Amino acid sequence: MKIHEYQAKDLLRAAGVPVLAGRVARTPDEAAAAFAALGTPVCAVKAQIHAGGRGKGQVTGSTQRGVELARSADDAARIARGLLGKSLVTVQTGPAGQTVRQVFVESGCRIARELYCAVLVDRRVGSPVLIASTAGGVDIEEVAAKTPEAILSEPFDADRGLAGYQARLLAAKLGLPTASWRAAEQFFGSLTRAFVRLDASLLEINPLVLTEDGALVALDAKMTFDDNALFRHKDIVALRDEAEEEPAEIRAAAAGLSYVKLDGTIGCLVNGAGLAMSTMDLVKLHGGAPANFLDVGGGADVKAVTEAFRIILSDPAVKAVLVNIFGGIMRCTTIATALVEASKTVGFTVPLVVRLEGTEVEEGRRILAESGTAIISATGLTDAAKKVVAAASRA
Amino acid sequence: MSILVNRDTRVICQGITGRVGEFHTRGCLEYGTRMVGGVTPGKGGEEIAGLPVFDTVAEAVDSTGANATMIFVPPPFAADAILEAVAAEIELVIAITEGIPVLDMARVLPVVKASRSRLVGPNCPGVITPGQCKIGIMPGYIHTPGHVGVMSRSGTLTYEAVWQLSSLGHGQSSCVGLGGDPLVGSSFIDILALFEADPDTHAILVIGEIGGSAEEEAADFVRHHVTKPVAAFIAGRTAPPGKRMGHAGAIISGGKGTATAKLEALRAAGIEVADSPADMGEAVVRAMARGGRR
Repeated sequence: MKIHEYQAKDLLRAAGVPVLAGRVARTPDEAAAAFAALGTPVCAVKAQIHAGGRGKGQVTGSTQRGVELARSADDAARIARGLLGKSLVTVQTGPAGQTVRQVFVESGCRIARELYCAVLVDRRVGSPVLIASTAGGVDIEEVAAKTPEAILSEPFDADRGLAGYQARLLAAKLGLPTASWRAAEQFFGSLTRAFVRLDASLLEINPLVLTEDGALVALDAKMTFDDNALFRHKDIVALRDEAEEEPAEIRAAAAGLSYVKLDGTIGCLVNGAGLAMSTMDLVKLHGGAPANFLDVGGGADVKAVTEAFRIILSDPAVKAVLVNIFGGIMRCTTIATALVEASKTVGFTVPLVVRLEGTEVEEGRRILAESGTAIISATGLTDAAKKVVAAASRA
Repeated sequence: MSILVNRDTRVICQGITGRVGEFHTRGCLEYGTRMVGGVTPGKGGEEIAGLPVFDTVAEAVDSTGANATMIFVPPPFAADAILEAVAAEIELVIAITEGIPVLDMARVLPVVKASRSRLVGPNCPGVITPGQCKIGIMPGYIHTPGHVGVMSRSGTLTYEAVWQLSSLGHGQSSCVGLGGDPLVGSSFIDILALFEADPDTHAILVIGEIGGSAEEEAADFVRHHVTKPVAAFIAGRTAPPGKRMGHAGAIISGGKGTATAKLEALRAAGIEVADSPADMGEAVVRAMARGGRR
């Protein structure tokens, strides 16, 4: 689960990580009031969307960037007006961009150096790790690709936390003045504790700023949480902003389905994540483009499968649907019955190619054949892919 | 021969009194697995599927001589269940549970590493040696005894591969589901080493997916330490970056974990790659036709 920058900063401030004063605004007037209340000569007005690259991002149809500096209350209102309700396109949003519904007005600081740091779980080490780099404010992925040695890494135990010496070691490697080492211990210590206590999956500070008076400040904050741990963080679940999420994905999650919307024309309904990914690959391999990833899971019943069809068919781009089920624990008869039910209640407006294999397959095929539902049956993976691609291109 | 499990493996189920735990305990019994008991705190003395239920794993081990456990305990308590199994010195701990918080696993893994236990999973279908022992949720009947070792990060895709192999007349020595989470107990490398050492395994199929670098590490291990023919498939070539594809581990982030990088690494290690998921079985046949790797 993702949250906005201003929400992440609230959490960090409460955890003892130094951040600047700021206020969220949903209208230009609120932005002007925020500027006045903060009482600093310069403020940053920052678009709040669940995507990175905002500083370089641009509002559709204007020259306005996703982050701009304001030197007066009027200035702040003007910038907010240029962002609110507009679509901001960044490297992470796709060409359509994302609508800005709120801005964060944040006081400025005097920057001496811009650094980078992040906390995440390193699969190779099997533990959380604090990474840092002197290359702040830039595209860290490029740094990682070109000069991996410029990225420093300190693994730490989830319960013991980051040791003081590890923070000092990083401070030394980052070239921080020794006068700022206490600040580094405090910053990195509280940051890593917040990561563990909140069950985050990513906590990225880019840039991490060394100010002219030697303090360390999180100038930006990106925070993502482990969905599997949300059951023990009701306060974090309350921060969810569903307006930032794909409506169909929210609907799918409510039905216990795993769904990701994609840009193609072939809807896919599959059981199991690996097989669902492979089915997308298969469609692509045969010249089609998948409209979605959808895993109905192992224990899906008629109700869940019907909802899956509704979600797939609600995408106007879908020209044909491929159902690929390898019945293991899930019986082919269950899926066949659900298909027949769904065809009655949802109504298939596009061609439907079905490939069934596994537990109770003969009986499942018989149910489909006898129902008179208009489906195109396929005998194997390749056959299914060819048939659905052909059906989509005819439509 | 086989790896990890055989007809002598004595298995308990942690979470046996739950609906899913009981269902799959019965499935394993039907397959012929030597299920010897179950554990649910507070339900000791009950009986499920004709098996004794114990309050603690230690008690279950004392009474039954169990040396393997399959865990169906719900996610909030699953990490604790793994620790309990490790403390009771069970040799093989197979965690089926899906949805365990990743930091819980970060706390568990060092304990497992320092112990004599081996952990497979979590979020995995389990382990099967066809005709001898099935521990997990896979449909037993698609498997046939034979000489191909199969390992995978995903469930139904493994069934698909096993189905293809069985249809081509190639049985399996053992099949191991590693699990779809970012942190899991056993890696491709751990299982590759076991298959390499198992005289009954003549070829190996590796089924990976996007996310992480486990497949690249496997490729490197194969290049240096595996003499048997190896085939591989990677799911998620068309997955966009930043989107989690069902499995918590299946996500391309920070330009890492792409299918392209994994495929390159596999090919460079002399592994026969299946381009289509329909081609996994045939890829094993091609790898065997090419013969041993040295």
